[in-house]
Amino acid sequence: MEEREGVRWCATQLGSKGKRHMHMTRHVVTLVVLSSLMMPAPIFAQSKLNVVATTEDLASLAREVGGDRINVEGIARGYQDPHFVEAKPSFILKLQKADLLIVVGLELEIGWLPPLILQSRNVKVQVGAEGYLDASQRVKILDIPTSQITRAMGDVHPLGNPHYWMDPENGRIIAREVADKLSQFRPGDRAYFEQRLADFDKRLTEAENRWSADVAPYKGIKVVTYHRSFPNFAERFGLDIVGYVEPRPGIPPSPSHTFELIQEMKRLNIKLVLVEPYFDLKTPEAIGRSTGAQVLVMPPSVGGVKEATDYFALFDYNIKLLVNAIKAAGGK
Amino acid sequence: MRRSLMASVLMSALALVSVASPALAQAPDPEAVRKEIEQLRKEFEEIRRQYGARLAALEAKVAAAPAVTQEQPAAAAAAQAPVVADIQPQPAPVSGGASAGASKVFNPDIAAIGNFLGSVGRSPGNPNPGKALELHESEVSLQAIVDPYARADFFLSFGEQGVGVEEGFVTFPTIPGGVLLKVGKMRAAFGKVNGLHTHVLPWADRPLVTRNLVGGEDGINDAGISVARIIPNPWFFLEATGQVFRGDSADVFQSSRRGDLTYLARLRAYQDLGEATNIDLGASLASGHNNAGVLDGVDLGRFTTRLSGLDATLRWKPLQRSIYHSFIARSEFVWSRREQGGGPQSAFGYYVSGDYQLGRRWFAGVRVDRSAHADNAGHIDTGQALVLTYMPSEFSVVRGMYRRTRYAQQTQTSNEFLMQFQFAIGAHGAHPF
Repeated sequence: MEEREGVRWCATQLGSKGKRHMHMTRHVVTLVVLSSLMMPAPIFAQSKLNVVATTEDLASLAREVGGDRINVEGIARGYQDPHFVEAKPSFILKLQKADLLIVVGLELEIGWLPPLILQSRNVKVQVGAEGYLDASQRVKILDIPTSQITRAMGDVHPLGNPHYWMDPENGRIIAREVADKLSQFRPGDRAYFEQRLADFDKRLTEAENRWSADVAPYKGIKVVTYHRSFPNFAERFGLDIVGYVEPRPGIPPSPSHTFELIQEMKRLNIKLVLVEPYFDLKTPEAIGRSTGAQVLVMPPSVGGVKEATDYFALFDYNIKLLVNAIKAAGGK
Repeated sequence: MRRSLMASVLMSALALVSVASPALAQAPDPEAVRKEIEQLRKEFEEIRRQYGARLAALEAKVAAAPAVTQEQPAAAAAAQAPVVADIQPQPAPVSGGASAGASKVFNPDIAAIGNFLGSVGRSPGNPNPGKALELHESEVSLQAIVDPYARADFFLSFGEQGVGVEEGFVTFPTIPGGVLLKVGKMRAAFGKVNGLHTHVLPWADRPLVTRNLVGGEDGINDAGISVARIIPNPWFFLEATGQVFRGDSADVFQSSRRGDLTYLARLRAYQDLGEATNIDLGASLASGHNNAGVLDGVDLGRFTTRLSGLDATLRWKPLQRSIYHSFIARSEFVWSRREQGGGPQSAFGYYVSGDYQLGRRWFAGVRVDRSAHADNAGHIDTGQALVLTYMPSEFSVVRGMYRRTRYAQQTQTSNEFLMQFQFAIGAHGAHPF
């Protein structure tokens, strides 16, 4: 009873101060809520469509089609592993202003894109909305698992290999999809987008003929790559990928796997190891020293090296890199 | 059923052809052929009518059949399944009104994360000494898009003390005005650590300041409503959050009256300092009633607690080598003013930590702790910790942590070694930022 009295006394003494604190915090919260609701939403540029692409490859393709009628921003840099991008709040600001979000899909961005989309508060780019374009929908996808998969196989993509933009024919399909989507948003500019698409299509055909002619003498050449980033590229340009530096997708090299790979490369006389710019060169160079193979840093994305400034330059660079290396190694 | 009908049509057509062909070959009387065709047409019409009637009857039968509910025994469901299968073989047997195939598409993403802890060493004065070996927590998450307007997240926590809903909330990301609205039970946006689940922390425990002033492992985690909006400005990312809770958060906020709510406000600013470096600053304020005046379940005191916090996070991650090297410095400073019998207590606590990624799988960290007790500001705990983390993959963590703590009013220093194993199965979650 005495304790209760004591509590009551303290309550009387402290009540007024406590209530002041309480009221202050309550007012702050009310202010936050009201200011949130009353503050005008940011005014977006109406003249140009704001397009955000998750990778620089998709951004480059969008630029080809959209020209000066759109603003394009990419999220992941070409020299960065697209599986491990940080969900920075600065990307939320990009998405907040976006009219169109183009994604690679096939769970490439699963570790970082969903929270960005959610926090963008942008109804246009939510999954399934009109401003959400999954570029994987109509392209040719390779490495689709045909039997049950588990994570014992490493970071396997259950929907197939997401590095599909490395086939120019898929690039053509993506450009078509982007043109359709842009026309949907800006019907008045349809002719402009179609004209740019036709021009892109023509230039891509010419470039493909050139690239194919460059690599034609070396069709079927056997190579090893670090990660499974190049199946579409290999299929299009006739490379035969016979092994990987990673023992399983996403799993760093192990000594036993590296040893087996070296034996296999020696047996098959493989003289090329292709490495994405974001992987450590220590193991590939050790493999190169043991086998006499050249280690090529080959970007799978626009911006992966400074010369790969756009979608065409990416293939120009890679084809030239490959052909020069093969020539230096003395043909096949 | 449709297949049978089509088969009949096909057979009739074949019959027509087979009958018609010889007739043409023998060049019979055209009138006789016409009659024959007319006869076949009538027969075909009759067959079609019969099949139509049978089809309608069977459809009616299917519609009239009582739906098999999930409560019904499996045997009953099995007994009904063949009837359905007889009529319409393509879809799988219906059970509980849910189809076996399509409904799975809408199942939420499910993941389970185990957090196993082992502790050795002496810890005099530790109010929560860990057990030698324990499956400290198992978290099950269920996450999905609800409809075009909302998504839902459930995090169920299974510990040695039982099962609880750690979080369960719906988020409305598309409300006009750029507001992100969350409703449900959620971890409050007070500082950094309070909002994080145990499995994404870079340590095997929570800092002393969290334990002493912000509700420990459970933290400020309550039923409420949260509103967050990005404040537009040309310079940096700025987000204001306002939250209102029931007032039931561990030993920080306890309300015994419906009107005694807990209020929380947070301002977060973020800026890229370059491609590889960024800084994240936050200020938080929370106020609500505490349990100091509750005696025998009756709130006599109407005492309140006010928490103020500042937090800062500096991240460095070179993009081209982001999977190999990174550094994160974190700190939180918390001031607590708790009213209670005998006078208010103003306590202060903080932690400062740094974590460096040594290689693709290895991380090393250090943390310095100091915190007074919320109910007795004169009692101060201090601590230091060293952490070494090995991540075999994105889905598992092995961590060792040496923790040295001097608890208030203890003459001996506590020296403990914690060993943590974390393992995740199921849906791929987002990487923490």
